[in-house]
Amino acid sequence: MIEFIRKQAYLVDFTLSSLLRRKGKNFGLLFVYTLIVFMLASVMLFTHSLKKEAGIILQQSPEIIVQRLVAGRHALIPADYIEKMGRLRGVTSKKARLWGYFYNPVVKANYTVMAPDHLVLTTTEVIIGAGIARTIGLDIGDYFTLRANNDTFSFQVKDILDKHSELVSTDLVLISQKAFRVITGIPEGQFTDIVLSVRNPREVRKVAEKLVQKLPDVRPVLREEILRTYDSIFSWRQGIVFVLLVGALMAFVIFAWDKAPGLSAEEKREIGILKAIGWESGDILRMKFWEGIIISLSAFMLGYLAAYLHVFYSSAVLFEPVLKGWATLYPQFRLVPFIDGLQIATLFFFTIFPYVVATIIPIWKASVTDPDAIMR
Amino acid sequence: MLITLTNINKLFNQGKHDEFHAIRDISLQIEAGKVTCLKGSSGSGKTTLLSMIGCLSRPTSGRVTLEDEILSGLPERFLTDIRRHTFGFIFQKFNLIQGLSVLENVMLPAYPLGLNHKELKSSAQKLISHFGLDRVLHNPVEWLSGGESQRVAICRALINDPRILIADEPTANLDSWLSQEFMGLIDELRQSGKTILITSHDPVVFDSPIVDRIVEMQDGQVVQN
Amino acid sequence: MRNSSLFLLFLVAGLLFILMTVMDAVSQQDMARESLKRRATLVSELGLSDLALSTEARYTRHLSLADRHSAFQDHPTSFDHFPSGSIFLPPLHLAND
Ligand SMILES: Nc1ncnc2c1ncn2[C@@H]1O[C@H](COP(=O)(O)OP(=O)(O)OP(=O)(O)O)[C@@H](O)[C@H]1O
Ligand SMILES: [Mg+2]
Repeated sequence: MIEFIRKQAYLVDFTLSSLLRRKGKNFGLLFVYTLIVFMLASVMLFTHSLKKEAGIILQQSPEIIVQRLVAGRHALIPADYIEKMGRLRGVTSKKARLWGYFYNPVVKANYTVMAPDHLVLTTTEVIIGAGIARTIGLDIGDYFTLRANNDTFSFQVKDILDKHSELVSTDLVLISQKAFRVITGIPEGQFTDIVLSVRNPREVRKVAEKLVQKLPDVRPVLREEILRTYDSIFSWRQGIVFVLLVGALMAFVIFAWDKAPGLSAEEKREIGILKAIGWESGDILRMKFWEGIIISLSAFMLGYLAAYLHVFYSSAVLFEPVLKGWATLYPQFRLVPFIDGLQIATLFFFTIFPYVVATIIPIWKASVTDPDAIMR
Repeated sequence: MLITLTNINKLFNQGKHDEFHAIRDISLQIEAGKVTCLKGSSGSGKTTLLSMIGCLSRPTSGRVTLEDEILSGLPERFLTDIRRHTFGFIFQKFNLIQGLSVLENVMLPAYPLGLNHKELKSSAQKLISHFGLDRVLHNPVEWLSGGESQRVAICRALINDPRILIADEPTANLDSWLSQEFMGLIDELRQSGKTILITSHDPVVFDSPIVDRIVEMQDGQVVQN
Repeated sequence: MRNSSLFLLFLVAGLLFILMTVMDAVSQQDMARESLKRRATLVSELGLSDLALSTEARYTRHLSLADRHSAFQDHPTSFDHFPSGSIFLPPLHLAND
């Protein structure tokens, strides 16, 4: 046993010495590989934690949101729909909501304007999300203006929403219903959607079915659908994740392309020398195995650690521009780190295994040929 | 007898249009503790014969025996094991591993044995200082002069304490003064009980009083023994 | 110091750091319980349905409320105007039926 360990230590000695001979090339390789792992691990940690968090906080979303669709578009819903729904078994409350979007061309920001009925706001008071306050530079008591229909409406900032909740509220503008109707021109008796509370979660589907039967032009959005949407929010098959995967794959293909045609004359000669001075084919394969392990394991560890810092200690700065798109408002949030062991194990496997195989395979043939060629 | 060759033949590219019969039916015996020199013109098959004796390649037919053990036909793993403990090689082009230090190069043949690192290092250092290379211990080998390189190669050949030393044209890259010095080292090794096999067409080698026996080869055959 | 000892050291340090990330994650989850609750309260008070990750387009701002056509504002085959549209998967209840 001790002999086995010593032997591996010697092989690592040799492998490292020979890797260090081409410092530039090998550190470059390690860097690129680390970068790939870093990107993949960042995406994994970020999406998993985001999903987890969404799963926890959106658990409090409305059980059913009822929208009216007109010509494929989400349209205003008349207040009398509440009566038209009639008595639905299991529904404990029905509430019509007013909300919408508002674009501020000066700061090029999209707001989500809501008129919640549980808050007491005068027509000139506003509560804004922390993202808006930060972007425009507003504080409590300052004035916040919305411009619509050639009119400017001024509000005094009554409060700023909790900045620890930016992930869901960064762009919110809360005003009174009266003000909302004046600004948007939505007449009395019209609402954006209707929210239903259902006592027993098992009855939700039933309620939704009945609803659609009674009012064929509405579309109920269930909480469970919201949760599922966020559970699959970043799919492997599309978008940035796909681009990353393809990138990683390409890098690997280039690497394999470089290795596959066989060894350079110099490498072959070295293997010959090692064999001639008493190394077995097995020793050479083991040595190459260690070479693969050293590079890929280092890349995995460094990449994963960097990704952890990036996602949870720098708020995933690199993803910000991607998620932000053309928007100017972006929530400042520190994700709660949730780590999925299986995901990390998968990354570990796919970092180490293919690389080690790709390092060993081309050596196979060279390591079993007779070493007498080096005598000439 | 230490090594016995019986009816050795070596064909390169057997069965192809460029088949070449490099060694023709050689039978030879090599005694322990002596310096044997294989002499012959270029292309006469010296290196080929040496590589078969040293288990670096296999004869096409015939038998190589080390003491009582038949080597030809052993699987590669056993051959490596024998090569490791029995033979030390000094190659014509030295064949040091570029980029590694002198110390590492000398220790290299012992790596697969899994010895204690301290002991291995100190015995390597002892060898290196015996051959007067202390100064360059940690230098990469490509900084060395020809003579130094050769002495490193000798150290490397000796690290596993082999019984038989095989040197293929050891003086081809040295001037006559260094060649003389090399023969001095060979003499020293012979006195410590090693069996030594050298090929050469350098008179400094085969005219040397140290050489006990000269085997002359021509076209893959032994012409004078 | 030997190369292999250096590598071992590096390996052990790396493993320790990885272990530390796990411990850090657990402790941060503990500490975040309060703020998660606050966020959940806000969600329930305002009846929020989505994360405010991307505010540029309504179908990515309120992903789960998007209708089938909102990504194609002008024409069914027009290109997606918004970068975030290529990142988020459309809500499953739209994709599936
Ligand atoms: N792999 C090979 N394939 C074909 N022919 C070979 C091969 N290796 C050696 N030969 C031929 O075998 C012959 C003997 O070669 P060898 O290297 O043994 O000669 P040598 O006596 O060592 O010559 P020198 O003194 O120049 O080193 C040469 O003619 C060479 O061309
Ligand atoms: Mg030769």
